[in-house]
Amino acid sequence: MAADPFPHADSIPGRLINNLSRVVSAWGGVVVQGLTTLGDISLFTFQMFVWMFTTKPKRETLMPNFYAVGVLSLPVVALTGTFIGMVLAIQSYHQFKSIGMETRLGAVINMSLVRELGPVLAATMLAGRVGSAMAAVLGTMRVTEQIDALVSMGANPIHYLVVPRFLACMLLIPALTVMADFMGIVGGYFYSVIVLGIDHAQYLQKSRDFVGGFDLFSGVFKSVFFGATIAIVSCYRGFNCQPGADGVGRAATAAFVQSFVMILALDIVLNLFLDGVYFAIWPSGAKLF
Amino acid sequence: MDDTIIEQIVAPISKSSSPIVETVALSLKFGRQVVLKDISIQIPKGETVAIIGESGCGKTMLLKTLVGLVTPSAGKVIFDGQDIHTLNDREMTRLRKRFGFVFQNAALFDSMTINQNVGFPLRQHGVPRGRQAERMILDGLAEVGLPSDVALKKPSQLSGGMRKRVGLARALILQPDLLLYDEPTTGLDPIMSDVINELMLRTQKRYPVTSIIVTHDMHSARRVADRIIMLYPYSRLKPGESQILFDGPPDLLDTTQDRRVKQFVQGEAGERLMEMLTSRGHGDLETPNLHDSIAKKVTLEE
Repeated sequence: MAADPFPHADSIPGRLINNLSRVVSAWGGVVVQGLTTLGDISLFTFQMFVWMFTTKPKRETLMPNFYAVGVLSLPVVALTGTFIGMVLAIQSYHQFKSIGMETRLGAVINMSLVRELGPVLAATMLAGRVGSAMAAVLGTMRVTEQIDALVSMGANPIHYLVVPRFLACMLLIPALTVMADFMGIVGGYFYSVIVLGIDHAQYLQKSRDFVGGFDLFSGVFKSVFFGATIAIVSCYRGFNCQPGADGVGRAATAAFVQSFVMILALDIVLNLFLDGVYFAIWPSGAKLF
Repeated sequence: MDDTIIEQIVAPISKSSSPIVETVALSLKFGRQVVLKDISIQIPKGETVAIIGESGCGKTMLLKTLVGLVTPSAGKVIFDGQDIHTLNDREMTRLRKRFGFVFQNAALFDSMTINQNVGFPLRQHGVPRGRQAERMILDGLAEVGLPSDVALKKPSQLSGGMRKRVGLARALILQPDLLLYDEPTTGLDPIMSDVINELMLRTQKRYPVTSIIVTHDMHSARRVADRIIMLYPYSRLKPGESQILFDGPPDLLDTTQDRRVKQFVQGEAGERLMEMLTSRGHGDLETPNLHDSIAKKVTLEE
């Protein structure tokens, strides 16, 4: 058993100092661990960019990842997008009706979708469906020495495993976002116009008046960063997986939770940036917050 | 398999005295834990060396350090006159074409077929392609006694012994100068273990290859090795002792006077169980009653 670094003191102030020291030490440990992880992820990302720009990835590694990220994620993103559009219509309808503005429902639903819910929803589905699977696959490869085998045969694991996943997530998430936006708009329209009976022409006219190209662009722009974050966090977690089934499970969970937190944190920063850009280009634009 | 048949198939290999791989005062630490300390070994071309020792003594880490999978804390690994840990990525990639590594659980890529697994080094190093590569893959599988119909299967569809043989075929496909085996017979039945031993012997006779075999299996070590090196866990050594307890031909193992070597070779626990039971804070046996009952049982048996 390791020696207690804080031996018990008999006096009350001594015990107090001991307890305080333990708390400071524990928090210090957390901070050091956090900084080490941050440094590690930065280095990992740097190496990934170096490999991405210096050596062309192989087609055999790109295609399966593009298929898993783009094609296989499409149905679930489309389905959840439709539901979100309908839910927005259900939630907003009564409030808007009470002030006689139900025809503006389209503007609210579509604006929320293209600026915020579409990209965040696509990113969340990607983190859950693809990110945790990436961490589990790479973690299993680490635990079963498959990554060592790659290295021993002259392949760089970052170039071979991480770069294709990063490119797949970063390049295909805009398509998923557009799909989530589109299906959300369709879902919202269906519920508002077909089920709730809002006037079709007015619904579309108000949507057109309020939702512009920049709104669509900002959603797609943000999604690129979300995709990159998901790939980096998930691959990093997989590469640093602890041995055993428990280690792989933890890596997969951590990949999703950390990606999700990072997506929301990035969302704030990117929204502030995009609003700054918007007002720089159109100073007379409506104030958004 | 009959040795005389092998003799007829293959030409004898001349062994050279110049080392193909050499470690100079090699040390490896993880945090405060010392795994390897001042290991200096020279392995001549064509020699087959078995590295034996109990679990946790650093055998596998030594093997991985030799091919640059693990970076040593101090010391050098010299392969064919070059210190491999000073090479850049591109030079190291080129050098890795000359290594073949058979991993403990084969480490086949789950997402690929057997065909793709065995052909991976060919694709990686760009030699050769197309039909010639396919021919080499099928020949490689045949050499380890696998039929061509396994080529399109996934690793999960094969037994442990077949996976090991695929791992061997993959390691051999580029005809490496240095072949490293990490516990090649662990987890296999006795017949399959002997098949692997025979394949190792056959490989040694077929190519001018230097082999390093990490194993616990004394039968296997005696059967295939020209030389045996026994490592001992650094934490159990007395100050100033070398981590290499034995280095010599297999025949000398039986005449050694070192109690620790004898104990390992004969597979005897000796005082080790009592040591484990009496060591403070032993994680496995913290329940006092269980501890006492096992201690009593051991005393009675003694």
